[in-house]
Amino acid sequence: MKALLVAESRQGELLAASYEPLAFAQKLGAKSAIFLVGSRQSLPQYDGPLYFADAASAGDYQPDLHKALLLQVIEKEEPELVVFCHSSYGWDLAPRIAAALSAPQISEVIDIVDGGYLVPACNAKLRRTVAATGPVTVVTLQAGAFSLPGAPAGSPQLEELSVGAGSGIRLTGYEAAEKGGVDLGKAEVIVSAGRGIGKPENLALIEALARALHGEYGASRPVVDAGWADHSRQVGSTGQTVAPKLYVACGISGAIQHLAGMKKSDYIVAINTDKDAPIGEVADVLVVADLKQFVPALTAKLAG
Amino acid sequence: MKILVCIKQVPDLESRFKLNAAGTWYSEQDLAWRMNEYDEYAVEQAVQLKEQSGGELVVLSLGPERVREALKKALAMGADRGVHLQDEASFEKDPSQIAAAIAAYAKDEQFDVVFTGLQSQDRGSAQVGVLLAEALGLNAVTTIVGFALEGSVATVKRELEGGMKAVVEVPLPALFTCQLGLNTPRYPTLPNIMKAKKKEIAALPVTAPAGRTTTLKTAYPEKKGGGLVLEGEVGALADQLLALLKEKTTVLR
Repeated sequence: MKALLVAESRQGELLAASYEPLAFAQKLGAKSAIFLVGSRQSLPQYDGPLYFADAASAGDYQPDLHKALLLQVIEKEEPELVVFCHSSYGWDLAPRIAAALSAPQISEVIDIVDGGYLVPACNAKLRRTVAATGPVTVVTLQAGAFSLPGAPAGSPQLEELSVGAGSGIRLTGYEAAEKGGVDLGKAEVIVSAGRGIGKPENLALIEALARALHGEYGASRPVVDAGWADHSRQVGSTGQTVAPKLYVACGISGAIQHLAGMKKSDYIVAINTDKDAPIGEVADVLVVADLKQFVPALTAKLAG
Repeated sequence: MKILVCIKQVPDLESRFKLNAAGTWYSEQDLAWRMNEYDEYAVEQAVQLKEQSGGELVVLSLGPERVREALKKALAMGADRGVHLQDEASFEKDPSQIAAAIAAYAKDEQFDVVFTGLQSQDRGSAQVGVLLAEALGLNAVTTIVGFALEGSVATVKRELEGGMKAVVEVPLPALFTCQLGLNTPRYPTLPNIMKAKKKEIAALPVTAPAGRTTTLKTAYPEKKGGGLVLEGEVGALADQLLALLKEKTTVLR
């Protein structure tokens, strides 16, 4: 088995997630090579072939150009697997490669199982086992599902790719994450509101509990998207990653993007009416209750 | 300006899912259906673009008879006409087949702009939009949280990890996959719901090639266990939780 692993770089820095495809290949026992459009100053630590194109000329995001470079390497290496992270870079580029190769793609793989790959469905409430047909398969990996047992080491054998002309898609700049507001990373206790709060007025219940616990309140993505809470309060892969001593998830079902931002908390309490909510997978305690009744009751006892 | 928006109808994700008889997907019985959340943002952006540039907005969905309800909602939000690609067994199709079926319809229609959701809430493959763009030879940009059009160049913001955004310029014709938070999807008003009843929904048969992946099995995740589940009256629950927090954490002062 031979796997071509797609690493990621942004603004001259190799992204740490680049090692996750390597961990996947090792778990499979596959022979590997890495593809990277990035910076010579920030290469993966890896003993093996590295196909490299300089982002100074190929850009961080020029999907058609990156596609052409990767197809060139695929033609040479003839891998059976092309492995991406299921990330803003990976889910953008992977289907372009699958289309060009008329190859199957399996998205957001969380495990390797007999005969196929395991992927989540329906907000992690279900899991599908998917098999692919054909000589080459494209896969994307769920963030955090595969990690190297130790620190990465080694220096790659660089194989430089020459960069041709790109298409009309052009990255003109970056906007940093909005700063200001609250730094949830400093809070010892975070009480977060999810869609289950039902209406914006109920955010006050969450704030009150956070105050009673001398902590900050956070929010899941739907609550921020609805404009009920500021973006600086958002916990998850597109917000802040936190690890407080206590995390209380109120009315949060537990989408993978949210779990990625809080599952390293020391102690996790989930309050949810749904006993089967995926948040239960990471919670130390799941309180099956309506947060609109339970949260005020808990706050009153803390004050009293 | 000719605009296409592709939508999927999905079950309410708060549902308790049962498996189908073959154990390959969820059972469709006793589920409430709605428009895929990502697609609501796609429809809203398409309607806003039509309001800005004029032209025609077509909404398309592939699936069984029930998806006409999702199409009607998009029509009530402001789409001009609907296309229903009829497929009673759409859940058996993989993303390459669904993209091919949509491309077979769209290839002769010369759309300037296509919007889709980033992914569906049930399958979540995040493939159909990009595969469709590749089949139609359109520029494609995924995960947009900002959209503006000037002349024939769109300036979009892509959401990256950690809250960062990339600003990207894209010449039309192009396809965009929409991330949550791109805009504020409108609620259909009663007059618009009434008007939408008169709008056309064309029903077309689906043609798709063979699939490239097979679902061998669908199952519930294994419960990891370890986590405590507390149930009962709220006052007693609060006492139990406080006792646990005193025992297991150092945060109570």
